[in-house]
Amino acid sequence: MMVKLFTTLLLSVLLFSNNSGNSGYAVGDKAMDFNLKNIDGNYISMVSDKDTKGYIVIFTCNTCPYSVAYEDRIIDLHKRYAPKGYPVIAINPNDPTVKPGDSFEEMQVRAKEKSFNFPYVFDATQEITLAYGATNTPHVYVVEKVKADYLVRYIGAIDNNTKDASLATKKYVEDAVNNLLAGSSVETTATKAIGCTIKWSAASKEKRANN
Amino acid sequence: MKKCNLLLLSILVIVTSCKKPVAERVEVIKIDGIQSLIKEDVHEIHVINFWATWCKPCVKELPQFVTLAANHPEINISLVSLDFVENLDSKVLPFLDKKEIDLRVLLMDEVDYNLWIDLVDPSWSGAIPATLIIEPKTGRRIFLEKEFENDELEKEIEKFKQNII
Repeated sequence: MMVKLFTTLLLSVLLFSNNSGNSGYAVGDKAMDFNLKNIDGNYISMVSDKDTKGYIVIFTCNTCPYSVAYEDRIIDLHKRYAPKGYPVIAINPNDPTVKPGDSFEEMQVRAKEKSFNFPYVFDATQEITLAYGATNTPHVYVVEKVKADYLVRYIGAIDNNTKDASLATKKYVEDAVNNLLAGSSVETTATKAIGCTIKWSAASKEKRANN
Repeated sequence: MKKCNLLLLSILVIVTSCKKPVAERVEVIKIDGIQSLIKEDVHEIHVINFWATWCKPCVKELPQFVTLAANHPEINISLVSLDFVENLDSKVLPFLDKKEIDLRVLLMDEVDYNLWIDLVDPSWSGAIPATLIIEPKTGRRIFLEKEFENDELEKEIEKFKQNII
């Protein structure tokens, strides 16, 4: 069983590396910073907070059932890890003309309803999403600040139960951040991010096809 | 009184025979269920589609599977729903009724996706819609993680049959 699990994870890692040439980051890559509008109207960049050790960057949205199922867990991640230097930044990657429920205004509504304690920013041009290579919501990138760079240390799912946090037996993001905080290398560096497909604009679709 | 009972009984029989019980209409499966589904070899071709009621592009392409089933008795079609099992009665069954989909439907009740999606295909990112086409006799297979536009499914099947993929 363990061997099988390991093979599965290894396979995922390999797949991610295979895909990395044309579709976003692989583990170890330098992640680009961004300047995206938060629900409070302010613009958020990774560099703007000098005290962090890194970030838990999560591509997520209002409408995907998997994203909704993970909302409380994202709040918990921020609560636990922001004080330790790894805050959450949630990025909505969806084009609201394709998915009206994911508009900036709807983001503000959802954030208020759920009392989001983390920045929830909007990637209106989908440039950041394309650069990172996110495909699904929720899709997590744990990045570690190394000097002036943000290095990708984990890509994938939050944990191994899309429905019920209490039944998750593998907490990938927590484990990755704990590894980093302990100064060791991340044990499981990639899993498959299960969720809804990102709703691309026509322009982004074209860019993806040409990659 | 006896007559009345008999009448009631016959109504009951008719009603129950028309409406299939839930357990039969949608088979709830786990990892072993997916494994045996992939190994099924009763038909010339087996088409397994992964979908969910909340997935718009999935819902949009479902009629293509209905048409495929009507035109190709040699093809076995299995629709595997990734809806949460709690939504079986409230969402999945009413959806199938409303859309008049009488194809075989299964519901995958395993939320640790990283344990099973590679069994379907290692290239699968986990996004839906996704479709696996298998020729059980030879083990030949193709996995398509995309939405079929218009009559694209039929075309993919033709290509698969002619082995030109």
